[in-house]
Amino acid sequence: MRNTRDTQLLFELSKAGRRAVELPACDVPQEPIADLIPARLLATCDLPLPELTEPQLVRHYANLSTLNMSVDTHFYPLGSCTMKYNPKRNERLAALPGIVDLHPYQPDESLQGLLALLYGLQEMLSEIAGLDAVSLQPAAGAHGELTALMVAAAYFREQGERRTKILTPDSAHGTNPASASMCGFDAVTVNSTSAGFVDLEDLKQKLDDQVAVFMITNPNTLGLFDPYVRQIADLVHERGGLIYLDGANMNAILGVTRPGDFGTDMMHYNPHKTFSGPHGGGGPGAGPIAVTAQLEPYLPSPTIVKKGNGADACYQLDYDRPRSIGRVRSFFGNTGVLVRAYCYIMTHGPDGLRRVAENAVLNANYLLSRLQPLLPVPHGPRCAHEFVATALTLKQQRGVTAMDVVKRLLDFGYHAPTVYFPLTVKEAIMVEPTETESKETLDAFAETLRQIVDEPPETLHAAPLMTPVSRPDEVAAARKPVLRWREAEQPSQVEG
Amino acid sequence: MSYCYNTPEDQRQMLQAIGLDSLDALFDSIPAPLRMQRALDIPGAMGELELTAHLAQLAKRNASPSEKISFLGGGSYDHFVPAVVDYVSARGEFYTSYTPYQPEVSQGNLQAMFEYQTLICQLTGMEVANQSLYDGGSAAVEAVLMAMSVQRRQGRVVTAGSVHPEYRQIIETYFANLKTQLVTLETPQGTLPPATLEAALSDDTACVLVQQPNFFGCLEEVEQLAEITHRAGALLVVVTDPISLGILKRPGDYGADVVVGEGQCLGTPMQFGGPYLGIMACREKFVRRMPGRIAGQTVDRQGRRCWVLTLQTREQHIRREKATSNICTNQGLFALRASVYLAAMGPTGMREAARLCLQKARYAQAQLFASGRLEPVFAAPTFKEFVVRDRLADVDGLLADALQAGFLAGVPLGRWYPQLSDCLLVSVTEKRTQAQIDALAQFVAKTTPIKTVEHAKHA
Repeated sequence: MRNTRDTQLLFELSKAGRRAVELPACDVPQEPIADLIPARLLATCDLPLPELTEPQLVRHYANLSTLNMSVDTHFYPLGSCTMKYNPKRNERLAALPGIVDLHPYQPDESLQGLLALLYGLQEMLSEIAGLDAVSLQPAAGAHGELTALMVAAAYFREQGERRTKILTPDSAHGTNPASASMCGFDAVTVNSTSAGFVDLEDLKQKLDDQVAVFMITNPNTLGLFDPYVRQIADLVHERGGLIYLDGANMNAILGVTRPGDFGTDMMHYNPHKTFSGPHGGGGPGAGPIAVTAQLEPYLPSPTIVKKGNGADACYQLDYDRPRSIGRVRSFFGNTGVLVRAYCYIMTHGPDGLRRVAENAVLNANYLLSRLQPLLPVPHGPRCAHEFVATALTLKQQRGVTAMDVVKRLLDFGYHAPTVYFPLTVKEAIMVEPTETESKETLDAFAETLRQIVDEPPETLHAAPLMTPVSRPDEVAAARKPVLRWREAEQPSQVEG
Repeated sequence: MSYCYNTPEDQRQMLQAIGLDSLDALFDSIPAPLRMQRALDIPGAMGELELTAHLAQLAKRNASPSEKISFLGGGSYDHFVPAVVDYVSARGEFYTSYTPYQPEVSQGNLQAMFEYQTLICQLTGMEVANQSLYDGGSAAVEAVLMAMSVQRRQGRVVTAGSVHPEYRQIIETYFANLKTQLVTLETPQGTLPPATLEAALSDDTACVLVQQPNFFGCLEEVEQLAEITHRAGALLVVVTDPISLGILKRPGDYGADVVVGEGQCLGTPMQFGGPYLGIMACREKFVRRMPGRIAGQTVDRQGRRCWVLTLQTREQHIRREKATSNICTNQGLFALRASVYLAAMGPTGMREAARLCLQKARYAQAQLFASGRLEPVFAAPTFKEFVVRDRLADVDGLLADALQAGFLAGVPLGRWYPQLSDCLLVSVTEKRTQAQIDALAQFVAKTTPIKTVEHAKHA
């Protein structure tokens, strides 16, 4: 059934003289190229690209696509990634002429519809966050983090302060400390308690007037809402620091509580998670940030402003932001992702967004209750939108690892949950079902896991058994990297 | 409306299994004072039909290139996209999948990534490429940071005024919190004079960042710039226009150490600036300092060829604050589109597209200058873009009238270059026809007072 011939590499399928695109003949008078461009700047031969026909490309990629699991085809309980259904209407609407084909340097008067949409999105994101101002410019969650830290740095500079430290909990996403060091700060880790919350005593010890920002994920990566978040914010604020919220887990609290209401000064959204933008095999995302009024002047330039009201309302890109940090990417931002987020929010309305959170949390808690007898959930028995189970007992008693368990799930048609994250739980298996799955799917998934944990360890070590490939040798891949195809006679290696 | 499955009966059963009596109780770990006591103040829900009408209404208030003839460029271009590109990227197995952390069920994405990396190497003449960054501008700043790390030089980075002003602004934003100085050399004739570069280099210069063709559309003397840069022990980082490589020498062939570029022109719609595709390729010896995801070839347990994400010890989820970058995204879907585009175009298509751009831009220059109102600004050779000066010094008026007449005539340069506030950047892709170019030239001619025309003739 599997077509392995058409899934050879493009370069192996290539044959000189084939082509898929023919452009029209030149309809303007032509001049000799040598008269237009000096020979020293010109290529001396054609690009060494493969040559293929259109049907060949279609068959190649259609067959490749069948080697992927995706949200459209499989349950994808990948913790921390919020792999929810990607509504088809959003794809259609984001591709409308007059939206998909707009140039970033068109004059504002030729963009009033789009600017109205993006302004509306700024307003809605501000309300959902409980914060005063929004920048849509950052291109991804990690980019939003970095941008917000730059905003904080600019704020402290203007206060005449030079603060050097960023605090992050030990359960934080790796992007948090990485963003801190890209922004010239030292990242300092704050411990969690055994209950999975920020250790207030450890926080108090590490909190001094060198701390610029405490970055918190809430609900955190264990799927727990930190009940002391307000106290944490007060402690940090008392020392003049700011609270940053990693908004990766907004799906759990939409319309239930707002970051601004629990003391957040700045946050990013992951619209590709919370507001259903498709993940595209690893991108694109977007990373809009929301901040308090005192930080608004430092947001990247431009933002969108509204002039006038009602029928006279007009929208402008505002570049006149003298205290702004500047730019973090070219052009406006990831508009295509933002349009999908707008469509998603407009489809749901206030009640619908709250229902998203309710069902996401309901599904996660229900699945937790089904899985807990099979795999302990150290921070259970309750969770927000996701939970972290552990295969530690399984490993100690039968030598079966978290990786073995999730690899076996692939055989049954389930994407693997996130494993070995967060770092604070050994043999972690992080499960996030999202709201767009049925009770039947969750029951079937739990039943499959029940079977798996009883299987002989040899079966699990050997898993997956039914996938196109099984346990690729990642060590060899990293030791002698082969990062591109080359003609057979030119083997390539990087020094190890 | 929502996309949830749970019926009230499902919810009841599930709550019972959890041991709760209401949906509200799901949130009782959130302290009561922090819970919202009202509904969010956002517009009410819209069904698909109303939403479709709403978006159509909004789209109608924008001028799209399907109704206005566009000569806008400056890093985002109206190039032709073959249907096969849309077909592939619209397959749910590609666009609704996630980062291929589970290689057994992601071989489609991983192989496509490996093919993309190879295609980018073939295109740029470089040895290795990563799986893409956010856009051309963020790729440029990441390349500069990488060069600083490779060279262990943090003192200065040298660039030119002819590099995309927004890319330079991004670098300035990132540098605000670091100790490195960004030195921007002036380019009064539209290109960077090699002697100017030579004088600006120092022992602590990590890299030189240039653009070819540059922001003004002009061609830099890249070989000389490369030679001078290397003599000073710095790396050459080049911002390239992928379409131009159908005709111009590849950066790898004139000594670039790191190549970045905006990959939007390779099959991604303009969509008001993003999402786009940040291309990055470099010499093999720098690969362990490169940011972003990388796919590598290996074998599985049974010896079958396959692909995985590799060299992950560079990345934030392993290295945290010591990572090469905080990036944890690639623009997977647009890297896929670029691959399909490059494979569909092939060597012949890329050559044809580049030649069409060159010839049409050349023709457009001649026609626009013949109008009398517009005049050339720089003498350097150009590719698909060029700068024109309005002799009437009324760029805003010209653009507004042009929009009325159905043209997006060019990008005004005054926002970034006060000395060029009477200038426009005009871009011509293979999609523009002779009739469209003639129509723009005729429109400009019509707006030109006779005495300006006469003056131009004698100039």
